Amino acid sequence: MNMRQGVDPLLVADGVSKSFPGVKALDDMHVELRHGEVLALVGENGAGKSTLMKLLSGIHTADTGRFLLDGQPFEASSPSEALQLGISIIHQEFNLVPDLTVAQNLFLGREPRRGLFTSDRALERQARELLDRLGLVLDPSTRVGDLTVAKQQMVEIAKALSHDARVLIMDEPTAALNDAEVETLHQLIRDFVSPRTGVIYISHRMDELKRISDRITVIRDGSYIDTLDTATTTMPEVIARMVGRAIDTDARPENVREDRPVVLSVDGLSTKALLDDVSFDLREGEILGFAGLMGAGRTEVARALVGADRSTGGRIVLRGRDVQIPNPARAAALGIGYLSEDRKHLGLLLDQSVADNVALASFGDRFARGGFVGEKAVRREAEQVVTRLAIKTPSVDRMVKNLSGGNQQKVIIGRWLVKDCDILIVDEPTRGIDVGAKDEIYRLLGELAEQGKSIIVISSELPEVLRLSHRVVVMSEGCVTGILDRDDATQESVMELATQRHSAPATVIEAEELADMPTEDPTDTPAPDPRQAGRS
Amino acid sequence: MTTQHTPDAATDPASNPPSDAATAPGTNSTAARPASATAEGRSLVGEEMRARLQQLLAFASLVVIGAFFAIASPIFLTFGNITNVLFSTVVIGLLALGTTFVIITGGIDLSIGTGMALCAVMSGTFITTWGIPWPLGVVLAVLFGGLIGFVNGVNVAGLGLPPFIATLAMMLVAQGLALVISKSAPIYFSDSPGYTQLSTGNLIPGLDVPNAVLVLALATIVAAVLLGRTVLGRYTFAIGSNEEATALSGINVGRWKIVIYTLAGLFTGLAGVMISARLGSAQPATGMGYELQAIAAVVIGGTSLAGGKGSIVGTIIGALIISVINNGLQLMSIPQEWQNVILGAVIIVAVYADMARKKATAT
Repeated sequence: MNMRQGVDPLLVADGVSKSFPGVKALDDMHVELRHGEVLALVGENGAGKSTLMKLLSGIHTADTGRFLLDGQPFEASSPSEALQLGISIIHQEFNLVPDLTVAQNLFLGREPRRGLFTSDRALERQARELLDRLGLVLDPSTRVGDLTVAKQQMVEIAKALSHDARVLIMDEPTAALNDAEVETLHQLIRDFVSPRTGVIYISHRMDELKRISDRITVIRDGSYIDTLDTATTTMPEVIARMVGRAIDTDARPENVREDRPVVLSVDGLSTKALLDDVSFDLREGEILGFAGLMGAGRTEVARALVGADRSTGGRIVLRGRDVQIPNPARAAALGIGYLSEDRKHLGLLLDQSVADNVALASFGDRFARGGFVGEKAVRREAEQVVTRLAIKTPSVDRMVKNLSGGNQQKVIIGRWLVKDCDILIVDEPTRGIDVGAKDEIYRLLGELAEQGKSIIVISSELPEVLRLSHRVVVMSEGCVTGILDRDDATQESVMELATQRHSAPATVIEAEELADMPTEDPTDTPAPDPRQAGRS
Repeated sequence: MTTQHTPDAATDPASNPPSDAATAPGTNSTAARPASATAEGRSLVGEEMRARLQQLLAFASLVVIGAFFAIASPIFLTFGNITNVLFSTVVIGLLALGTTFVIITGGIDLSIGTGMALCAVMSGTFITTWGIPWPLGVVLAVLFGGLIGFVNGVNVAGLGLPPFIATLAMMLVAQGLALVISKSAPIYFSDSPGYTQLSTGNLIPGLDVPNAVLVLALATIVAAVLLGRTVLGRYTFAIGSNEEATALSGINVGRWKIVIYTLAGLFTGLAGVMISARLGSAQPATGMGYELQAIAAVVIGGTSLAGGKGSIVGTIIGALIISVINNGLQLMSIPQEWQNVILGAVIIVAVYADMARKKATAT
């Protein structure tokens, strides 16, 4: 080994700047990864994390500054060159071919060959050796598309490590994993880290950083802010540096409004797949939170309610009247808007303008002038929504894909406000949204409730549910196990109900997982059965 | 768009500083907005410019190709020849207009070529065989096209067949039916001179432009208004952009798809009328291959086969490019066989240029 090892840090970004036309993405950035450590890199969306990764992997070139590996300046000009230097990057979106097997994916482009032919047997052997070395329980001959997201993640990591990486950079590696899977991932990381290696771990999940990282580097608006020792720092300190201000996470709403009328009453809602006799009331001006573990059936309640999925039983009473909701079109007509957990795939028209996205649900009625679209009305209404919800966009003509996650979410909320929905069902309202914008969404939902809208909030983040809700419905295995008033709802009480098992042997879900919920004691949950890993 | 270089950068450090986010929600929002608006005002102009540029690009290629032929052949720019080019654009143009809607939804319609032949045969059956007055026969033939499209729509939206398969099947059905109904023989419109006048006559006295060109112009305007100004048009784009999101927004996607395929069918019916009026006969064995020319016109015009993007102006320019090339090569006495070779090359160049342009703007 190099004499300088131990003196020089493993990887250094020294005064790196990078501008794109009109934007300074990185400004005098400093990052220092020491030998044998896990360095967490945190910052809001737009802080410059992705740009930094793209510079490291050679996709872009820095304007000024330099990168050092073991004290030696280097510059990767392509991702494969970065790999050769020992820098492996695992991107948020996987680079896997779903129709190939695990083994074929692991050695894609480096297949063992015999003349013109590849040798499947040698390939499988190599793959098995690699997986064994990493202690991963994966069958090399499985089709990658048949694996759970968590296992695909493992394949991606195995692929990265097969290159004899010294620096492993992971971008939001746990975005789609449950707690047990996160723990497996963390074990892999701990096994990987040695005196000659290091890991840069990018994540939004504060509780994880505490568990896995040695130090935390905070960046903001393309600049270096601070580096903290994980052991001696608290998460509010980290968050405060990220956003440059303290967030009050305990700004919970006022008391439940017992006197307000019930607008929506659901009685005995069931589906073939999961839901069993789900009943609850929603009052006017109320935010009703839905908490539960992965697979508890929260999203299914929403989808069955708006007619996106078929229900096998149950009564829906809307303002005292029995209603049938066979499809989302009917739900919308009745003033019930569903904001899906998957904004990009189930919510937005990414290539269309803010105005068209806001007006989408209302073209058929509000903006129709005998089949023609009332362009002026659309613009006027969209501009009002942009102002009312403080959507940051230079104009309502801007394509939605160019907005940040938080503003995109507001656009969808705006869509249902324009449709004049009294009932909003918001599924994971802040998924993939940075901390500052989260707070803004919370306040917005609170304001809407105060104005008389009734809101159902589904969230995997327990603090979020508790922060927002007047009452909390807790679900487990497709059943409602409890409805808690604001004052009774604590992390502990909700978690107790969420882990409560229902005695219906035929439909019992084998493995429980603690979803994405940061709880006091996340350690001793059993490993999940991947087949059960569905939507929550 | 200047802020788009990385996903990270796109979420705009320029307009979204955290301090701003803190003060923005709900109530005092008016203060927060103008600041960000000026910060990104310039990039928005770029975005609009680029949308225009796309159509400009297609138009520019048309001009360049035209200029080339004008130099190569003295006849090219004569009034007679230009009319000729327009005349030969009519059928492909009409088919392309209808199929633009379908392609923007992310679908495809392969049945328009043989569907057109079937509509021509039906027109002949109505007018010549059954003796229905020709104006009514025209209406019925167009409606018959709508029926073909309706069946396509039901197969796609109702049965959930992939558009490629559903319309491929319809392509075969229409071809077969055209031969069965006509007993494989052309049907002539000799008894209805008014019918052929529909294509070759001159409605506007003193101006030597065939009526078919006027029909195409009118159809273009109708299509552009439908796509750009109506609810139908918005839903066409919405479905192509994100079908599931559109459905979850309370729009009956299946019903609208049926409407859109039916609309494409109406254009097919009109094309059937125009081609048979031009030839003075319904030729049951023709039609195959027209669908691909029409799709080529749509694609050259910048409409994305992935859906969500496209324009009527682009489609018409695309159709014009195809007929200008065919016409120009004829004038230069280049054998017909070569025309398809060159057309194929043009498609590759046009689509590649469009992709390269998008790449340059979207990195």
